[in-house]
Amino acid sequence: MTPTTEVRANSAAAVPAPARRRIDLARYRDLSLVPVLLVLGVIGFAVSPAFLTSDNLLGVGQQATELSLLVLAEALILIAGRMDLSLESTIGVAPVIAVWLVLPDHGARFNGLGLFPSWTAIPLCLAVGALIGAINGFLILKLRLNGFIVTLGALTLLRGLQVAISQGQSIVNLPGSFTYLGSTSWLGVPAAIWICALLFLAGGSALAWLRHGRALYAIGGNAEAARAAGIRVDRVTWAVLILGSLLAAFAGVLYTGHYGSISADQGNGWIFQVFAATVIGGVSLNGGRGTLFGALTGVLTLQLVVNVMTLAGVPPLWNQFLNGAIIIVALIISRFASGEQQE
Amino acid sequence: MADPSPVRGPVVEADGISKRFGATVALSDARISVAPGESHALVGRNGAGKSTLVSILTGLQNPDTGTLRFNGQPAPAPGDTDAWRSRVACVYQRSTIIPALTVAENLFLDRQSTGSLRPISWKQLRSRAGELLAEYGVDVDPGARAEHLSVEQRQFVEIARALSFGARFIILDEPTAKLDARGIEKLFDKLRSLQQQGVAFLFISHHLQEVYDLCTTVTVYRDARHIVTAPVAELDQQALVEAMTGDRARGSEPAWSVTGRTLHDGAPLLEVSGLSLDGAYQDFSLTARPGEVVGLAGAAASGNVQLGETLAGLHRPRAGTVTVAGRPVRTGRVPAALAAGIGFVPEDRHIQGLVPQRSVAENATLTVTDQLGPFGTVMPSRTRAFAERMISGLDIKTPGPSTPVSALSGGNQQKVVIARALATEPHVLVAIRPTNGVDIKSKESLLGTVREVADAGKSALIVSDELDDLRVCDRVLAMFHGRVVAEFEHGWSDEQLVAAMEGMAGPTDTKEDNDSHH
Repeated sequence: MTPTTEVRANSAAAVPAPARRRIDLARYRDLSLVPVLLVLGVIGFAVSPAFLTSDNLLGVGQQATELSLLVLAEALILIAGRMDLSLESTIGVAPVIAVWLVLPDHGARFNGLGLFPSWTAIPLCLAVGALIGAINGFLILKLRLNGFIVTLGALTLLRGLQVAISQGQSIVNLPGSFTYLGSTSWLGVPAAIWICALLFLAGGSALAWLRHGRALYAIGGNAEAARAAGIRVDRVTWAVLILGSLLAAFAGVLYTGHYGSISADQGNGWIFQVFAATVIGGVSLNGGRGTLFGALTGVLTLQLVVNVMTLAGVPPLWNQFLNGAIIIVALIISRFASGEQQE
Repeated sequence: MADPSPVRGPVVEADGISKRFGATVALSDARISVAPGESHALVGRNGAGKSTLVSILTGLQNPDTGTLRFNGQPAPAPGDTDAWRSRVACVYQRSTIIPALTVAENLFLDRQSTGSLRPISWKQLRSRAGELLAEYGVDVDPGARAEHLSVEQRQFVEIARALSFGARFIILDEPTAKLDARGIEKLFDKLRSLQQQGVAFLFISHHLQEVYDLCTTVTVYRDARHIVTAPVAELDQQALVEAMTGDRARGSEPAWSVTGRTLHDGAPLLEVSGLSLDGAYQDFSLTARPGEVVGLAGAAASGNVQLGETLAGLHRPRAGTVTVAGRPVRTGRVPAALAAGIGFVPEDRHIQGLVPQRSVAENATLTVTDQLGPFGTVMPSRTRAFAERMISGLDIKTPGPSTPVSALSGGNQQKVVIARALATEPHVLVAIRPTNGVDIKSKESLLGTVREVADAGKSALIVSDELDDLRVCDRVLAMFHGRVVAEFEHGWSDEQLVAAMEGMAGPTDTKEDNDSHH
């Protein structure tokens, strides 16, 4: 292909005329990881009897919850044709700011400001997330700055803010209300898994059956056409950026409850896995394509690979290598399963 | 809503419309009126104000002066999208179909369900889409994804969507530009059947033959003004082309002259035979002798630009050969074309011609980096010397060779592109729209440069739809839909050439007629 005028004209003219009743492989791109998950299950079962126990699977599930919420957020943003790198810092900084505002100002290793009652920790955390998304949106949509660099800057800035406020230490004296959701179980299953499943269900349904959900696909697919159809492109995009950061802040709540403390490097380096899971799950980096179900299979694939390898006795030092390898292999699979060029 | 029966005057009536953008007058006291069920053509050359009129008629822009009425009533307030859409539908040049979504969803984008919190019923949406498509006789599966449709099917979907808001008047902005002959035929059939349902059209096209095929009335704009509105039957082709081109008084005579030159003898420098590229042009042959400038005229979809790009090695033709100075050239490879002695001035200097942040010297020597130092090195001193020779040779106005090329005026940027093409000392210079976006003075000087190249015993090929570019040529081939439809010796008239470019076959061989000009 050459970068000239005529390539466009040619490809437009080369569309085969009637496309009815043809097996549309690209439509099932979101399912391309399901067989991979099944194969991983079989391998896990063969490798270790401990794999197919509820303890192990629930453990994997709970570990996947925080990452999967970030993936949910990033998938929504990518479908609308944008990117947000700062999610991985939001998951850390939002809880830190929230507990800093509610913790008493004396008597513990980490002293807060004590401005609000302790039950407000979760609402405050979510509000901080929403505020971060709103600021990102303002910079990207109002000032028309480059979204990649804005959120890259926000990633660094928010990480720095977290380190400065928490003085680089883990915060362990947390309000009970804040850790409840991440640590409790409902009906024998960690609450985080229920919540996560519910959010994916709600998000997936909204994308499939609500006009505002479909608007994300339209905006990501062709923003000009969406505008011509009467969609308020900037407003919807802004809402998605806010929602994404809100979800990241909520992931921070679950993560904090899960481990009982806010570590100084909470979420550090996750954005690579978030992108990897989203993209191997079939969400296009160029916008307009993909489903939340696909994104969810992406997270589960990454988590199961690590779990199976651990059970098989592969030293954890190989995890990073395997994560990278699975990303590339999964990309190749989805490239040929869907027949679509990704670049 | 779709009630064509009460006749309340024209579906659209615009009068005294003026619009300025800064110092540019886009429309000056323009008018148009379209009767119900009428197929009305709007023609004019580039810059005549057609696009501005479209954006005013569709409510995207407000006119500075003038009145606009739909069905005898004043136009809706700006920004009231729904009201505009119920009065005027528009199919734009650029597709507003979203490829990843289904036809049904594209048709009902942002109105898939009645309330924003009410879930979409996909089954119902598909059946609504099916009904809509059936109403306009469009044979497309509503469940198919839009990316799998052919170009004309996508256009039918856009037309159906545009009309589904209730408008009985639709603007089609160059709908045939991307269609092949079969697609155009289908589109016209569709438009005629819609017209029988009482839909009125404003049809904008560069192809006059289509105007005669489809429309009953034609309006001509030129230089932002309304020139004439007449029934198509009363305006023959010649009168129409004259209205488009006008009796423009020529400015001062250019510095170069085509007539008084000497003919170089010798073998042809460029021989092209049987060249074909699918979707662009078929069976093209050409022989250019030393000292000759050949013009390749044609409108947007004529394939002339692709032909020029093929000669430069940017496309690989399906069939045919290219021979330069007696030696065959391997097609489809830029280095091969360069080595054979083809210099190339691409269509868009911003995209294919220049590296804007880099210096004049670097840009001018981009094709000859192998000659600037031993063992693949690039010596700054030699680059500089080379560039200085070019700067003085082509009279490029620049503070110095190290100035970033983006700091130069358009005309001087284009000279740098030509310098780059000439740096290899080519036998043949292929220039696509060489005066694209430059002022009148630079235009003369750029064309003079091309003329000088030929006068020095080389050949040049100018690919353009600008008549001024083509005046410098010894002969001009006019292309239409991928084929050469006419050939003109120097001394052609504007009307003849425009008619040929717009697809109304002019004289296929005018050699005898124009011999007197030599």
